[in-house]
Amino acid sequence: MAKKMHDTPMLDQLESGPWPSFVTGLKRLAQENDMMVDLLGQLETSYETKKGYWKGGTVGVFGYGGGVIPRFTELKDANEKPVFPDAAEFHTLRIQPPAGMHYSTDLLRKMCDVWQKHGSGLIAFHGQSGDIMFQGVSTANVQPAFDEFNEMGFDLGGAGPALRTSMSCVGAARCEMSCYDESRALQTVINSNIDDMHRPALPYKFKFKFAGCPNDCVNSIQRSDMAVIGTWRDNIRTDEKLAREWFAANGMEGLVNNVVTRCPSKALAVKKAGEARTSDGFSAVALDDKTALEIDNHNCVRCMHCLNVMPGALLPGKDKGVTILVGGKSVLKIGATMGTVVIPFMKLESDEDFDKLNELSRNMLDFFAENALDHERTGEMIDRIGLSNFLEGMGLEVDANMILQPRANPYVRMDDWDEEVEKATERKASGG
Amino acid sequence: MAEMRQPIESGAPDPMQYMHPVMRKNYGHWVYHSHPRPGVLYHRAEGGDEVWTVKAGTQRQMDHYTIRKLCDIADQFGEGHVRFTARSNIEFMVASEAKVNPLIEALTKNGFPVGGTANSVSMIAHTQGWLHCDIPGTDASGVVKALMDELYDEFVKCEMPNRVKLSTSCCEINCGGQADIAIVIQHTKPPKINHDLVANVCERPSVVARCPVAAIRPALVNGKPSLEVDERKCVCCGACFPPCPPMQINDPEHSKIAIWVGGKNSNARTRPTFHKLVAAGLPNNAPRWPETAAVVKNILNTYKNDAQPWERMADWIDRIGWPRFFEKTGLPFTKYHIDNWRGARATLNASAHIRF
Repeated sequence: MAKKMHDTPMLDQLESGPWPSFVTGLKRLAQENDMMVDLLGQLETSYETKKGYWKGGTVGVFGYGGGVIPRFTELKDANEKPVFPDAAEFHTLRIQPPAGMHYSTDLLRKMCDVWQKHGSGLIAFHGQSGDIMFQGVSTANVQPAFDEFNEMGFDLGGAGPALRTSMSCVGAARCEMSCYDESRALQTVINSNIDDMHRPALPYKFKFKFAGCPNDCVNSIQRSDMAVIGTWRDNIRTDEKLAREWFAANGMEGLVNNVVTRCPSKALAVKKAGEARTSDGFSAVALDDKTALEIDNHNCVRCMHCLNVMPGALLPGKDKGVTILVGGKSVLKIGATMGTVVIPFMKLESDEDFDKLNELSRNMLDFFAENALDHERTGEMIDRIGLSNFLEGMGLEVDANMILQPRANPYVRMDDWDEEVEKATERKASGG
Repeated sequence: MAEMRQPIESGAPDPMQYMHPVMRKNYGHWVYHSHPRPGVLYHRAEGGDEVWTVKAGTQRQMDHYTIRKLCDIADQFGEGHVRFTARSNIEFMVASEAKVNPLIEALTKNGFPVGGTANSVSMIAHTQGWLHCDIPGTDASGVVKALMDELYDEFVKCEMPNRVKLSTSCCEINCGGQADIAIVIQHTKPPKINHDLVANVCERPSVVARCPVAAIRPALVNGKPSLEVDERKCVCCGACFPPCPPMQINDPEHSKIAIWVGGKNSNARTRPTFHKLVAAGLPNNAPRWPETAAVVKNILNTYKNDAQPWERMADWIDRIGWPRFFEKTGLPFTKYHIDNWRGARATLNASAHIRF
């Protein structure tokens, strides 16, 4: 039997309205849980004073250096006693979800049982890095809660200057745009480098994200230090039956306004049937007996727009792989940065391909560990040292796909221009 | 003392064991999708297998009773398998079309809005706020609840020109991420320093190093080693606060809310874009933030009425130009909209391209 509820007139106002209310949920938990009674008291105080009252600290599980987010209350009375003692410790366990965030109801219920027993009963699916956040546990209960999750096959996520929990999109599990096995890639990279997650020793955080196609449903370019994004090299695949159906439903107006003119690289054209080019990178699909859609595949930038508008009629090609971008991060300290291309294309199908991805990830982490300054993200490090130096350090070859335009200023030493031209000639000769 | 249990370093679990069997069977073999109605997706595999997905909104921070209720619905009306999206929506997969409507009814009856697909306003990506963060300027779950109440119709219908992604962030670190419309705390006063605590709590050189404008320097205050801030240089970003809690940046009155628009993560049409500042100075007005909601709804309505099909917020503004964005929304354009951070020159109009 839980103790008496505090008055929460501000939070009560968040119980009305059509969207599901987290306050109603917190109150349900408070019926069985003193921690939640006092959590509501502290949260109500924050709503009144517009101040936060948590501080960090050091709480963990045996054998690991990170993955628990410690929270101790700073809301104390004149005698330095917590105003809401039962929520004085309110830590979060970050647990890595299955890649693609698939759950059986059986699994979810088991997770609820563990958290009802050891914690507050409050769970967030998921945090912005992708962790399941089991919110609200006392210091004493952190270890037993973790032990039960761990025995169920689940492991702590990342926190602090460490490899972080990763995310992949639904991908191959349900999406025709998927260009590689996102789940396998995530498990390969994360689980091979798991020591860097559990024992934080990097200059700062490092995030990998895995998106099956350039629609980038996991926001990998913006939100990760290394983004692995599915793409393809050959022609867009077409399905004439679906293309005809789409055209019958949407007409010339839809085709021109919503497909052809929205192509960013003007790689699409409407042609009379039989007049569309079908060689040298061009392909075509009939839309009706008189009209065809012509695709200039060499000039397509794989933006996904036309595939999104005409699902199934247009599909990614068969020669699939990934593009790798590096250096995405949020605001601190130099301002938000997007990841930029460091590998325009690599295959990701065979065991050897996955080994290569794993090796690249390890090199990326090692280079970051050795060269970044304290609290510097990969994007900031690259800004500081220049992309060319980063590529050289990583043993990656320069490629014109890495830039939007060549430099527009002459402030550079180019003593060894001739040697670099020679390297470019060699790259070209070796098919790179 | 009993021997401690060694952790099993299993890492990210294999999803196959939890995945809907039709998805597992057709992994990597999907060829088609459609959007039969708001909140429902249909996918077909090359062998002809089909799966329907019903998407519903949640409060993200869920009590176990809510999760168990969702599980009951999944067992009774679905097929026992669910997944969550990057925006904390829950998806129920079924291999039979006949199950779709009863599932939608059960979710709706239990208060879970069905929607969030395609050209809707999806659930707001958000952070922890006062509930759990150690540096929050505002709440997260509360802001999201208040806003989603207002945007409920836009979640359950699909009437926007293209999909709309929103985010909220409780400080300028912007954990909520880039979005078509982002709601972010903007501090307007330098940190208030408790000089009695700095020496014991903060590693001073690393705090100095965190400042993006080199406004912090070591100083002796009242005979104690502390830090001082050049308030003329300070941009009130709050970067010093996490490593040095005695440098309090949150201010009940002066921590305001700013609105940013035009962020896009997808590569569709244009390259991914960052969101841009359009409004600021809004009060941090718990528990329902009505001033913020009004600005967000105004921007959404203007976009909804003016953008063409498939234009995301950024595409729309790209077409009509920023002057017209400010004109159409009625939001004031100020000197603070003109960037003066590094790289700002690239954001200026170096042309005679002017719309009249």
